[in-house]
Amino acid sequence: MHKLGNNESQIRFIEQKAREIRIDIVKMTGKAGSGHPGGSLSAADIVAALYFGDVLRVRPGEPDWPDRDRFVLSKGHAAPVLYAALARKGFFPVEWLDTLRQLGSPLQGHPDCKQVPGVEVSTGSLGQGLSMAVGMALAGKLGRKDYKVWVLLGDGECQEGQVWEAAMAASHYKLDNLIAIVDHNGLQIDGKTEDVMSVDPLGDKFKAFGWQVLSVDGHNIPSLMEVFGQAMGVKDKPTVIVAETVKGKGVSFMENQKDWHGKAPDAAQLEQALKELTAV
Amino acid sequence: MAEMKATRDAYGETLVELGRENPDIVVLDADLSSSTRTSLFAKEFPERFFNVGIAEANMMGIAAGLAHSGKIVFASTFAVFATGRAYDQIRQSIVYPGFNVKIAASHAGITVGEDGATHQALEDIALMRALPGMTVLVPCDARQTRLAVRAAAAYQGPVYIRLGRAKVPQVYPDDAGFEIGKGLVLWPEPEVPGGYKTVLAENRRFDVAFVGCGITVGLALEAARTLEQDGISCLVADMASVKPIDEELLAKIARSSGAIIACEEHSVIGGLGSAVCEVTARSHPVRVVRLGVNDQFGESGPAGALLEKYGFTSERYCQVARGLVGR
Repeated sequence: MHKLGNNESQIRFIEQKAREIRIDIVKMTGKAGSGHPGGSLSAADIVAALYFGDVLRVRPGEPDWPDRDRFVLSKGHAAPVLYAALARKGFFPVEWLDTLRQLGSPLQGHPDCKQVPGVEVSTGSLGQGLSMAVGMALAGKLGRKDYKVWVLLGDGECQEGQVWEAAMAASHYKLDNLIAIVDHNGLQIDGKTEDVMSVDPLGDKFKAFGWQVLSVDGHNIPSLMEVFGQAMGVKDKPTVIVAETVKGKGVSFMENQKDWHGKAPDAAQLEQALKELTAV
Repeated sequence: MAEMKATRDAYGETLVELGRENPDIVVLDADLSSSTRTSLFAKEFPERFFNVGIAEANMMGIAAGLAHSGKIVFASTFAVFATGRAYDQIRQSIVYPGFNVKIAASHAGITVGEDGATHQALEDIALMRALPGMTVLVPCDARQTRLAVRAAAAYQGPVYIRLGRAKVPQVYPDDAGFEIGKGLVLWPEPEVPGGYKTVLAENRRFDVAFVGCGITVGLALEAARTLEQDGISCLVADMASVKPIDEELLAKIARSSGAIIACEEHSVIGGLGSAVCEVTARSHPVRVVRLGVNDQFGESGPAGALLEKYGFTSERYCQVARGLVGR
């Protein structure tokens, strides 16, 4: 098993970063007056652990470093969580976050890799990130590079057929340098995933496609760090981590509410959200 | 009789040449490698060839991911599946980020023949042309295909290359050049790409100018030969680079010709004919007749019979030209 640092102080550091990211998410969507806080908040701990737990080998000052690990946000509508993590990691100035979704801002509503350092590919049309990640992982194998490719998928996104085309290809090519994480928050725009179109049991589906399947509490940093370490040690097959999460996590009135998928907080709601997120 | 060869055959052979020259060339196919001729590359470079199975959407995404890591990627399948089924993947995963992917699609147009309408792409040029930053190349013969494929490989950015199933006559001599963004004048005197100034600088007037791409170029040349004998002066230009289109040449043609006949093995909506109208309407309005398939699907039949039925004959082109000139 790959050993990632998992000591007390590092855990506290990641948790603090996750809190900062959540604060950024509500602030920037509030300022923008639109955006997707629910699915950004559900992924905040996952993304914080990847970027601030030294899981991803990246160089903020050299975003195109050829040997870097790749992170693909396939659920592109969660752009705020990625932007916050990249800014806090030093890929671009934190001030950019205030410009989310505004005319002329590099921070488009859905990520544009041409404009934002650290954004690997442009996503937003669901179901396409895993295929691109397969291509990156193949390129890594061809070039005998040891980088890993991480992909974050939504559970609703797994209704897209292309996800399963890519899943089939990833195991066919034995891409053990590819790790997918499903942000399993159980909600999509129109309601509960199980009501709209059942995707579960997701783990069994990936297993049937030849993947190593791991599961984790997507809001427990020590558990996330442990499962990431396990995933990095898997050989000869791709790994999926089904992360159980809560949509809107961290803001009481957003938690498990489908309406907060794609709605920004107003001034009063923002104030309430910030009060909750800054209370320790 | 001119030498006959399918553009897809030239594509397959050129891929092998490129593979030998550049280790970064990677080829993808979606279970049609024997038809698209990527099988030639697969045979020589199995480690750089990926048959992704019958999954065109996934193929485009994988192509994007490979290009993202510095590979020059050629992705092939039939034109109807490449551009129709995987349109969103081409748009979002490849063209929006500007990745270096060449979509080389075979079996375009009605010359697919017996497989019928489901397999005959007649809207692919329109779809690809509408994408911001996409380059669209429609070579007319095997030699030009080789040059177009090499030009696409040398160019940084997404390219769509439209290839055919049927054997087609050789239009160009060995030494014909090819340049993305340049049209080629073939009649009354053949010129090098961009070297149309000789023909068009003398204030010469042409009764009719044919502007074509793909298989229609050869038909237009045949028509021009016949029409000249009848005293109707013609110009024939090959717009193999449908996008970016050679606006300078089109403007010159518009100014020097009584009418333009734009011809393509494609729907008359959105393809080369539309591109010609867009340019001439701005630069020098001239009458443009669009010859192609008239807003309808194709059907099964031998390629030759379909060409006849849908008006892809030099006789039909002559008839339209005579009608325009009033003779």
